[in-house]
Amino acid sequence: MRAQYDKEHFRKHSLPTPFYPRMAELSQDSSWHCWKGYLSADYFENVELEYFAIRNACSVMDLSPMSKYRIRGQDAEAFFDRMVTRDMSKLKPGRVGYSVWCNDQGKVVDDGTIFRFGEHDYRLCAYERQYEWLMISSAGFDVDITDETEGVAALSVQGPTSFAVLSKMGLSGIETLKPFGIVHFPYHGGKLMVSRTGFTGDLGYELWVGGSKALTLWDELFEAGKHYGIRAIGTHALDIARIEAGFIQAGDDFTPANHTIRKDHDRSPFELGLGWLVHLDKPNFTGRRALIREKEKGSRYRLVKLDIDGNKPAHASYIFHGRKKVAGVVTSAVWSPTCKQNIAFASLEVAIDDPLNDLWAEIYYQRELQWNRVWQRCRVHDEPFWSPPRRRATPPGLF
Amino acid sequence: MTDRYDALIIGAGHNGLVCAAYLAKGGQKVLVLERSEQVGGAAITREFAPGFKVSACAHILHMLQPKIVRELKLKTHGLNLNGPPIETISLAADGNKLTICRYNIEGAEVSDTDKVAYTRFIKRMERHARALAPQLLKTPLRLANAGFGNVIKLAGMGWDIRFGLGKKRMRDFLRIIGMNIHDLLDEVFESEALKGALALDAVLGTAMEPRMPGTVVTYLYRLAGGLKSIPTLPMGGMGSVTVALADAATSFGAEIRTAALVETVLLEGGCAVGVVFAGGEEVRAPTIISNADPKTTFLKLVGARNLEAGLAHRISNLRTSGRAAKLHMALNSLPDFTGLEQDALGNRLVIAPSRKYLEHAFNHSKYGEFSAAPAMEITIPSLADPSLAPAGKHVLSAIVQYAPYDLKGGWDAQKDTFVERVVDVISAYAPDFRDKITTVECLTPVDIEREFGMTGGHWHHGELAIDQMFMMRPTYGTAQYRTPIDGLYLCGAGAHPGGFVMGAAGHNAAQAIIAGDK
Ligand SMILES: Cc1cc2nc3c(=O)[nH]c(=O)nc-3n(C[C@H](O)[C@H](O)[C@H](O)COP(=O)(O)OP(=O)(O)OC[C@H]3O[C@@H](n4cnc5c(N)ncnc54)[C@H](O)[C@@H]3O)c2cc1C
Repeated sequence: MRAQYDKEHFRKHSLPTPFYPRMAELSQDSSWHCWKGYLSADYFENVELEYFAIRNACSVMDLSPMSKYRIRGQDAEAFFDRMVTRDMSKLKPGRVGYSVWCNDQGKVVDDGTIFRFGEHDYRLCAYERQYEWLMISSAGFDVDITDETEGVAALSVQGPTSFAVLSKMGLSGIETLKPFGIVHFPYHGGKLMVSRTGFTGDLGYELWVGGSKALTLWDELFEAGKHYGIRAIGTHALDIARIEAGFIQAGDDFTPANHTIRKDHDRSPFELGLGWLVHLDKPNFTGRRALIREKEKGSRYRLVKLDIDGNKPAHASYIFHGRKKVAGVVTSAVWSPTCKQNIAFASLEVAIDDPLNDLWAEIYYQRELQWNRVWQRCRVHDEPFWSPPRRRATPPGLF
Repeated sequence: MTDRYDALIIGAGHNGLVCAAYLAKGGQKVLVLERSEQVGGAAITREFAPGFKVSACAHILHMLQPKIVRELKLKTHGLNLNGPPIETISLAADGNKLTICRYNIEGAEVSDTDKVAYTRFIKRMERHARALAPQLLKTPLRLANAGFGNVIKLAGMGWDIRFGLGKKRMRDFLRIIGMNIHDLLDEVFESEALKGALALDAVLGTAMEPRMPGTVVTYLYRLAGGLKSIPTLPMGGMGSVTVALADAATSFGAEIRTAALVETVLLEGGCAVGVVFAGGEEVRAPTIISNADPKTTFLKLVGARNLEAGLAHRISNLRTSGRAAKLHMALNSLPDFTGLEQDALGNRLVIAPSRKYLEHAFNHSKYGEFSAAPAMEITIPSLADPSLAPAGKHVLSAIVQYAPYDLKGGWDAQKDTFVERVVDVISAYAPDFRDKITTVECLTPVDIEREFGMTGGHWHHGELAIDQMFMMRPTYGTAQYRTPIDGLYLCGAGAHPGGFVMGAAGHNAAQAIIAGDK
């Protein structure tokens, strides 16, 4: 199922995804970046409009560059159970689970979603390339691993009207699809898979097809969405939404362990606030011993969600304790247009065991090339900033 | 349920037995489980033709640590080290042999300059070896998360090298340690025959040839292990060593069960709690110690899936492909080696006439072929110990290099040709050799793997090269005898300081376990 590429493709830095022809038409400024070897749009027209499509209407983002691996075989469940921190026996066929996986030192290699299609048939989706780690992890297991990144095209369709758009498209039965569920539809002689998953913390779906059906899917989707405010979005808009939703991003909020060289620059799941994904009662998984030790001895860092005074995003700010002692740094920050809050994630050094109630951000910002500095008080926020009930409602509302 | 045993040892190789003896001596209840009918692993004597017995793998005893002989009172348990000391004789087709003793050499071809140079060279190398030797009977330090104890160890190792050697010698040590033996010998000697014979010592039992970096390390290592011993052919063959060890171990209260193939290490909650035999029977103990090689231990007995991925990956990447074969020949009388007196035949005879010879021999093995003209280490142990052969008859035992484990086309179809090749080569030095042979047994690395359970048929359970030595042996994370699986330890040649019939790995493992190095 290899997609057909121009033989000269190697002359280009990044490959186009199957949706590229449509996206190129929409892109006003040709603003692209490289996502693991593929062209990915920063935005098409205007980041604010695209962001509001996520929160108020229906947004469509090209997910094709996501690394996708098919894992099949007798031992597929055991393989995942040993690779990831979560108890994979709980993930039933037709369901999707989010997890992280670690190296032997208990530091996060990456996070991603695991789709269980059948008893012995899975797909792993990750932001980073994972083939090598999957191969390393597969020794001793009867599994077959295929990289499907090229062959499978995917769109993330997110926002309150996303359900209405998909229904309009004729995907009947989708109303019963629960969060983290999967359904399949016959699609123009091929297959369309829909999962109720996403990275926005809102009502939304992800659509998966073979590369050859990609443009048909795009066209039918936009036709169906015409009256529902459908809009193509780039990663900038998504980034705002994912911070509101409390989702961390590899490369921003942590450096994948296999990329860190310096001591202490990696992060454990506990240090990323993902302890709920770590099932230490499993007899073995990669990183378990180190995580047990960390649990006993304590972690080095703690990732917190911060609600910061003022309206200047605290990009890369230092966080201080009592405006004196450095407590950590901001890893992601944004002004949340929906919550009307200045929000951020920060990685704090746990060693400072004072209660987290006197935190300050030192924020630098520019006005006509002049740098200014403000101190703003930060409050730790335990819940995601944005998590509307419609995210989980089944059947979803027709907004 | 209370366990009957404190510790189970998988494998009654000499290291397993040393470990058992020390643990039992320390008051632990130990059960040793050996897959073969016979204890000893690669250090056994066995009959290969009616009335002909031979040391089946290891045949020259040159490294057994005197501390172990003493502490385990092996002599009172029947170890007989009174065989005549042996020298090395490098054979020459024209009879112009070279005799290499510990500190001097004799041989027609060798110049006076080389003779003087040899004595100086060996003394220089032995000094370097003495800086390494203290490491052999110690647990290697830990690389990561070095605690105070490790810092002390590191300082100790530095001290041995810096102050044991002194400034000038340390500089020499650091200069040569990364070199290859080929170039080092060129700096010192004229005679190619001498260089060939010395180079063989650096590559025997390895997958290396003299021009490979790291061959000075292997050479020094061999010297370090043998500093306090005199090479000998043990009376009764190598099996006498392990029989004495087994006797010592049982005298301290250890139990030994043979014909007991362990199929899996039993894990509970990620900890090793016992073993399961092929038939399903279980034995439990809080400490499980494996004398089997690291690949067997981790990938077969524990299973890659029960390890964490990084460790499983490092273990499966260990270099364990053996390149030495062992040939045993029953001889109806002594062959006539050109230029050699009969009483010289009891020595260690080597065929390594030049370094080029070794390189050529090695080249074939790179391409999955056996050597056209292999190098050899030959002994005729029946000369000193007539009990090994019927009256008037003899056995010849030869280590033959290079015979790659992964021979192109497989060994089954080519073993006979290989044996012919070996006989041809020996015949060049002993023209009547072929007529004397009544039976031949040829153990290729594949046979050694099958019969002795050593992955790849590798002498040392894994290449003894600098990247797989000390705190990297078999790999970091498991180089201090204990493994990441709680309750599971290594005690065999795959652990520091490696193979040879030395006993050090078994000794160190026992010390680590007794010290509760948890
Ligand atoms: C051809 C050859 C020639 C050699 N020549 C010399 C020499 O001249 N001088 C020298 O000093 N060294 C020599 N060596 C090296 C030396 O023999 C070895 O390094 C040494 O014997 C290793 O000892 P060990 O106890 O660590 O392992 P082994 O002797 O390999 O013992 C391991 C034991 O574990 C047992 N075992 C494995 N798996 C299981 C299981 N699942 N259940 C139960 N039992 C199991 C095996 O049967 C074996 O008895 C030679 C090696 C070879 C192969």
